[in-house]
Amino acid sequence: MREAGAEPGEGSRRMTDVLAVAETKQGVVAGVSREAVTVARSLADPLGGSVHVAVSGAAGDELAQWGADRIFRFGAGGGGAGGPDPFAAALAERIGARGYGAVVFAATSSGRDLAPRVAARLGVPLLADCTAAAVDDGAIVVVRPVFAGKALARVRALAAPALLSIRPNVLPARQAPREASVEALAGAPESPAGYRVVGFEASRGAALDVSEASIVVSGGRGMKGPENWPLLADLRDAIGETAALGASRAVVDAGWRPHAEQVGQTGKTVTPKLYFAIAISGAIQHLAGMRTSGVIVAVNRDADAPIFGVADYGIVGDAFEIVPKLAEAVRELRRG
Amino acid sequence: MNIAVCVKRVPDTETRIRIAANGREIVPDGVKHVLSPYDEFALEAALQLVEEAGVGEVTLLSHGPEATRESLRSGLALGAHRAVLLRGEPTMDGWATARVLAAELSGEEAGLVLFGVKAVDDDQQQVGPMVARLLGRPCATSVTEMEVGDGVVVCRRAVEGGQEVVEMDLPAVATLTKGKYEPRYASLRGIMMAKRKPLVEKDAAAVEPGLAVEGLEYPPPRPEGRIVGEGVEAVAELVRLLREEAKVL
Ligand SMILES: Cc1cc2nc3c(=O)[nH]c(=O)nc-3n(C[C@H](O)[C@H](O)[C@H](O)COP(=O)(O)OP(=O)(O)OC[C@H]3O[C@@H](n4cnc5c(N)ncnc54)[C@H](O)[C@@H]3O)c2cc1C
Ligand SMILES: Nc1ncnc2c1ncn2[C@@H]1O[C@H](COP(=O)(O)O)[C@@H](O)[C@H]1O
Repeated sequence: MREAGAEPGEGSRRMTDVLAVAETKQGVVAGVSREAVTVARSLADPLGGSVHVAVSGAAGDELAQWGADRIFRFGAGGGGAGGPDPFAAALAERIGARGYGAVVFAATSSGRDLAPRVAARLGVPLLADCTAAAVDDGAIVVVRPVFAGKALARVRALAAPALLSIRPNVLPARQAPREASVEALAGAPESPAGYRVVGFEASRGAALDVSEASIVVSGGRGMKGPENWPLLADLRDAIGETAALGASRAVVDAGWRPHAEQVGQTGKTVTPKLYFAIAISGAIQHLAGMRTSGVIVAVNRDADAPIFGVADYGIVGDAFEIVPKLAEAVRELRRG
Repeated sequence: MNIAVCVKRVPDTETRIRIAANGREIVPDGVKHVLSPYDEFALEAALQLVEEAGVGEVTLLSHGPEATRESLRSGLALGAHRAVLLRGEPTMDGWATARVLAAELSGEEAGLVLFGVKAVDDDQQQVGPMVARLLGRPCATSVTEMEVGDGVVVCRRAVEGGQEVVEMDLPAVATLTKGKYEPRYASLRGIMMAKRKPLVEKDAAAVEPGLAVEGLEYPPPRPEGRIVGEGVEAVAELVRLLREEAKVL
């Protein structure tokens, strides 16, 4: 690793390079960061530039596998006690000084906190939560869901650099191995005052956030009460570590489950590869949060429930009988 | 302490969205509008904080077309003291909207400026932190609960895997999500009083957008689904399909 200071050719601003901002958790790069690097690669290639990765802390080497040419490790500060602003400031300074055609963030909850702060420092809008991004006539053009997924907007960036965040699990990561250089950069040039992280309380039970899980088991009002959630938790456990519990708003409003698990317009947007909607009717606001899932399975005793309109597979019947059988069948499958 | 709340008028979440013939806008006829649901959390938070303190006023600020008046009146009916409408058509460019709002807010004495975490039409999740930057104030996002102390505000934030507690020096900015602040309903008295509360209107500053919406499309319909069967007998077949056809188990 070398110190990145006066880099060769640094004087010429190349607006063809693309920067992907990687996210780390306990020092490990999040899976969605590979997706961000893949998107950066797909933009940099037609622009004729290279892919840089910015990461806070000592991580990210493996992103060379996914197409990174240069990896910049920013000094401590990002996501620390000072909140997201120190990393945002360091990023904005780097982006402003170096010049990039585009900057790609992940639209996770921390990415959605960070990206607008960088955009404001650069004086450009953010194209948030994109489900596609491409280069058209030298400019960045994205697709992003609007009106809770009832329409898709095709949006062209007019300001430079184009800042975008991508919806997790939609644009698959692709291997594109490179010999990447890893360079250390200084931390925040300023330490913005007035913001102190003073505590954290882990939510009960949830090891994996519903928005990050690749399989989601969601329950609705038809589950009748919180005492029946062990049935759903058992199905989740049968599937394994990649699964998380979700809920409809009716369930959260009734206080059966925490709001962190709510899927929908006023909850989380999820795009797992498999979504189970158990005893959920399928109201438009619920669909807003899960209709871009890979495969949707509905279990409902009402054959006319709207959820069957978006489900790939459905079973009409009583969740209290079907869910335990489903957990059993999944366990059997796992045993091979 | 005075509090400013930025609110946006958006199509009701139940509304069917129809794309206009030009392919770039939605058909306005028959669309019912509401205050964006997260902005209602922000307004409720402001009302509760002012009520607890026993002093201070809540100002609503919106950038939108003239019809936004109705939305502002509905906020006044809930208890806000005054409202400002910056007339114009907001675009999807959050940075442009932020500049329009910040221009008005920089003259205000508000100790807290509150936002919804997102407006449910464009879902950009950016105007709050951008305004904060323009005002030179700290900003906490996805806040579920707030407590004002001596020169500080302590916020609980909904983050992946739990709740983070952040302390900010005042004046500060926060964006609200669902949590402690369930919106109240307007009383008849509130509705009557709202008619007499000040609602100032001015033209919004013109700003050049940094993006262009080239087209709107309906999402591709999901492939035709199928009912695998009824009752527990269908479970084995479902698992087989998930394994062999969909390849997700
Ligand atoms: C502004 C706004 C925002 C909203 N945001 C959200 C949001 O983010 N997320 C969200 O989910 N909703 C949201 N809603 C609420 C939404 O409109 C619905 O009210 C809600 O999704 C209904 O939840 P549900 O499907 O669990 O309950 P219900 O609609 O009551 O459906 C229960 C279902 O369970 C079935 N059932 C009952 N018993 C059984 C059984 N034994 N076995 C199998 N099936 C059974 C029934 O047939 C029924 O279909 C929002 C509403 C508004 C106005
Ligand atoms: N045109 C507007 N007028 C007033 N406030 C707005 C406007 N647009 C966005 N906001 C505020 O900014 C928040 C986030 O919006 P957005 O970044 O568009 O998702 C909203 O919840 C509102 O509080």
